[in-house]
Amino acid sequence: MWMDHPGWVLFGTWVAALFTLGIATFLYKDNPVYKFCEAVFVGISAGYWFVSYFWQTLLPKLGYPFYAGVKTVFVGPAEWGWLVLLIPGTLGMMMLLRLVPKAGWIARWPLAFIVGYTAGLRLITFLQSNAMTQLQNSVQPVVRYNESGQFLGWESFNILLVTVGTFAGLFYFFFSQEHKGVFGRVARVGTWFLMITFGAAFGYTVMGRMSLLIGRLDFLLADWLHLIR
Amino acid sequence: MLASAAIAQTAPGDSSAIPALTIAQPPPPNPATNVKAEDAPNDGGGSIRVTWAASPDDGAGRKNVASYNILRAVSSPTGAGAFDTVGSATAGNTEFTDGHTEDGIPYIYIVEALSSVPSPGGTPVMVSVRSEPTGVAYSNGQWFHMRRLNALIMVIIVCGAILYFIQQASSGKELFIRKIAGLDAVDEAVGRATEMGRKIFYIPGTQDMDEVQTLAGITILGRVAKVAAEYEASLEVPVSRSLVMVTCREVVKEAYLNAGRPEAYNDSMVYYLTDDQFGYAAGIDGLVMRDKPSTLFFMGAFYAESLILAETGNSIGAIQIAGTAMPAQLPFFVAACDYTLIGEELFAASAYLSKEPKLLGSLKGQDLGKAIILLAILVGIVMTSFGAISMDTSDLDKLGNYNIGQWFEVQ
Repeated sequence: MWMDHPGWVLFGTWVAALFTLGIATFLYKDNPVYKFCEAVFVGISAGYWFVSYFWQTLLPKLGYPFYAGVKTVFVGPAEWGWLVLLIPGTLGMMMLLRLVPKAGWIARWPLAFIVGYTAGLRLITFLQSNAMTQLQNSVQPVVRYNESGQFLGWESFNILLVTVGTFAGLFYFFFSQEHKGVFGRVARVGTWFLMITFGAAFGYTVMGRMSLLIGRLDFLLADWLHLIR
Repeated sequence: MLASAAIAQTAPGDSSAIPALTIAQPPPPNPATNVKAEDAPNDGGGSIRVTWAASPDDGAGRKNVASYNILRAVSSPTGAGAFDTVGSATAGNTEFTDGHTEDGIPYIYIVEALSSVPSPGGTPVMVSVRSEPTGVAYSNGQWFHMRRLNALIMVIIVCGAILYFIQQASSGKELFIRKIAGLDAVDEAVGRATEMGRKIFYIPGTQDMDEVQTLAGITILGRVAKVAAEYEASLEVPVSRSLVMVTCREVVKEAYLNAGRPEAYNDSMVYYLTDDQFGYAAGIDGLVMRDKPSTLFFMGAFYAESLILAETGNSIGAIQIAGTAMPAQLPFFVAACDYTLIGEELFAASAYLSKEPKLLGSLKGQDLGKAIILLAILVGIVMTSFGAISMDTSDLDKLGNYNIGQWFEVQ
């Protein structure tokens, strides 16, 4: 392909490198170079996603099957499964009626549909993954023994710690009860557990971000400037 | 494979007259018996489960069963068609699920026991012996997944509790909700923006309308927009999804209407930037640096852009109130924002702010669900712990009836 031509690859590398540096100038302060890079980034990505949705979602999931279905009616043998596509198609058209001032209210119906089905669908998913699976994994004996019946102190302590953290954390997320007295103290312990968890997660994620930075520096120093191999 | 072909020509289950085995070789294994095929339960169709009793030589007898092949043919009034291999199972297994069937088509199956024997040339060859064919089996979808009955019971309990509390709230009973620190700061933050004559930015996350956190964020937006309208503060809502833009416009418009200032609303308050995660972050960073809003709200689902957004807001000294249920992003919001709604607080916020009976009842019902979960964990831990002590073992599998955690296993 023409895009694989070394000249285009070199051009692409230079554009990517200059835009990387342009965006990085934001570290100093907002400036015309950053504004330009930002505008190009936002504009191109918006256009890219529009094209992507059109070719990868709208046509393969609605346009092509609809056309193929209608064609069977005229060419035969007739199939009618495509009629179900009229539902999303109609909902999509209703959404576009926002552009017509007098019929704008119709756009609320597909929105209501989306909100309703999202809530219903996610109820089961959340219940299973966030409640039942967690519950199942939380039910562990807090005393552990090895095969020969020897008490495992460290393992037992770990399980006990997880159990206390789970209970205290759940207490924090009770909204029907004021956080006072014993309840409040347990909830307070819950916030400690949460903050320690957040601290650990912070460090872990920052390490991930460092690898992204290293990847970008690698691009600049190796692919662009050829200073390192 | 020569021996295999020779055996395949014999009657099912009969391996006595096999020409290829007349040379000095170990005899083939006995066939699998009691082979049955039936529709796989609790699925949406398209699969048949085949079960069999292991060959007497599988792990016992001559111990020469290496594996089983499962063969399938389509049955017709004139007899079965050609058998094709649809899968295999290692020795010791007695079950196979054929996940590539067409619903309503009659299938019959044969299980072929395989054994590796040395050939005269020295290279081992596989010999096989076939079982009796099964009866005809059809695959079908089921309306109910019976192994998810536990989820249904949980849904009924939680939804029942929610409906009960909604009814209580609707009938005028006062339902208590504890203070949520971040939300008490909403009025203060909007008031500050009004006093300073600066904008309020509301970021409803980077995900679409199929994300519950986005819905929660948009619900809170309604409250923020109403307060902003009452205080005559300037509100801007840059979004990254077209559907979110449409919904946010509806919500903000209604909030301004409820505040008695419909003329102050215009569509340009809610605008689309881009679907791209970092393009969106770059766009907001630029807006924040140029407009210097006094208040920033981050309410919804966020990913790696969370710290980029919150740190930029922090650098201009804005009051920042965030809320998300994304565990990996919460630490960044906690570190860079003034107030953070942690996880479920985001979902509770809309009830807390609006005091609507439906939302309050829903929150109370969820609390009851949490109480049930706590109780179940407590009972489960006590039972498994006593089970472990009494049996002197750390093997959960052996705890059997003590382990009520298995009641909540999700299939």
